[in-house]
Amino acid sequence: MIAPLKDITPAERARSTSFNEASARTRLELLLDAGSFVEFIGPEQREVSPHLKIFDLPEQFDDGIVVGRGNLDGSPVFVAAQEGRFMGGAFGEVHGAKLTGLLRAARQIGSIPVLILFDTGGVRLQEANAGELAIAEIMRAVMEARSAGVKVIGLIGGRSGCYGGGGLIAGCCSALAVSEPGRIAVSGPEVIETNRGVEEFDSRDRALVWRTMGGKHRRLLGAADVFADDNVQDFREAARELLRLVGPFSLDRLRAEQERLAQRLRRFGACEDAVDIWTEEGIPDAETVPELPADQFVALANRIGRTSRDAR
Amino acid sequence: MEDLSFRHPVRSRADGARRSAIIGVVASGNLEVLVERVLPDAECAIEIRTVAVGFGDVWSAVIGDFVERYSPGGLKFSINDGGARPDTVSLRLAQAVRLIAENGQ
Repeated sequence: MIAPLKDITPAERARSTSFNEASARTRLELLLDAGSFVEFIGPEQREVSPHLKIFDLPEQFDDGIVVGRGNLDGSPVFVAAQEGRFMGGAFGEVHGAKLTGLLRAARQIGSIPVLILFDTGGVRLQEANAGELAIAEIMRAVMEARSAGVKVIGLIGGRSGCYGGGGLIAGCCSALAVSEPGRIAVSGPEVIETNRGVEEFDSRDRALVWRTMGGKHRRLLGAADVFADDNVQDFREAARELLRLVGPFSLDRLRAEQERLAQRLRRFGACEDAVDIWTEEGIPDAETVPELPADQFVALANRIGRTSRDAR
Repeated sequence: MEDLSFRHPVRSRADGARRSAIIGVVASGNLEVLVERVLPDAECAIEIRTVAVGFGDVWSAVIGDFVERYSPGGLKFSINDGGARPDTVSLRLAQAVRLIAENGQ
């Protein structure tokens, strides 16, 4: 017999809920302490995009992003969650302004960390420059918040991945957690294929897309510090772990990050494929990495995978 | 895009004390329903913005059935529709009534 819903603890519900398949609101509800979420500029305020109606496109009352505050283990956090199913989670003017405002509030307060649940294809092209400007504003706001001592953690496991300007913002965060279905990149598979040809990148080759941009590769390269299994509870634990691990931000740290990335490029720049990088990293039977179940992959990544803990 | 608006007299007030709730996503074949407790107890209103033009009769039938079944007195429903089928619309409306009946803000 299936137990009635009320007998399931929030942690059990979070454990049995796929992060990838959940809506932005469900992700937040289960990521935070039960009942602690308070939304800023909620859907009832109808702060919708001023651009979409020009294109006769439907609006969403929250413009595809939910921002607010809540608690994680009793400690306050600011949160933002993109809804990847509304226009691919793309950044428009209002969508971006909500995240910028949240980050500025965090900077002003100084002690409350920010969790960003990315799920985005990048800029909403219908909003053109307003969307591009939003990305620039958010990147600045992330760096200013971090300079003021705020930890900014990115959680990536949504259907739209984290692409375009979302990938740039993720690169500015203090640390990232990623799951296998989460992908992190700037140009997406189809963009690369369109611009450089199918010989350069075959966007229909799912295995190629995932081993180049997917969570496992990003974890092994050190772009993401924690690999989460695809459920909300694992992301909750990942966020907790990252909040504990992230150190203070300074110019020296930024220089260390520059050095880390330069070294990575020197070492792997000539590799043709992710599998070559994994082999170079000393992973036996590197071609089997994509098939590894999450627990075995985490063990491998902890043994071999790089982290950005001294940099970022 | 097409805007539709329905108002119905209802038998009784909807359960719960929550002021508003939201369910669903604006995506192909899906819709969002924002429900707010802002009307007198014997009324309900449904405002729709949909990408599928020319389906007013279907909406009217789906909403008539919904109001009859759930008696959502005092509630105003605002819908952004990405071209959902009638069964999805019925499901989201039912979820919205259930959500606003829960405890919370």
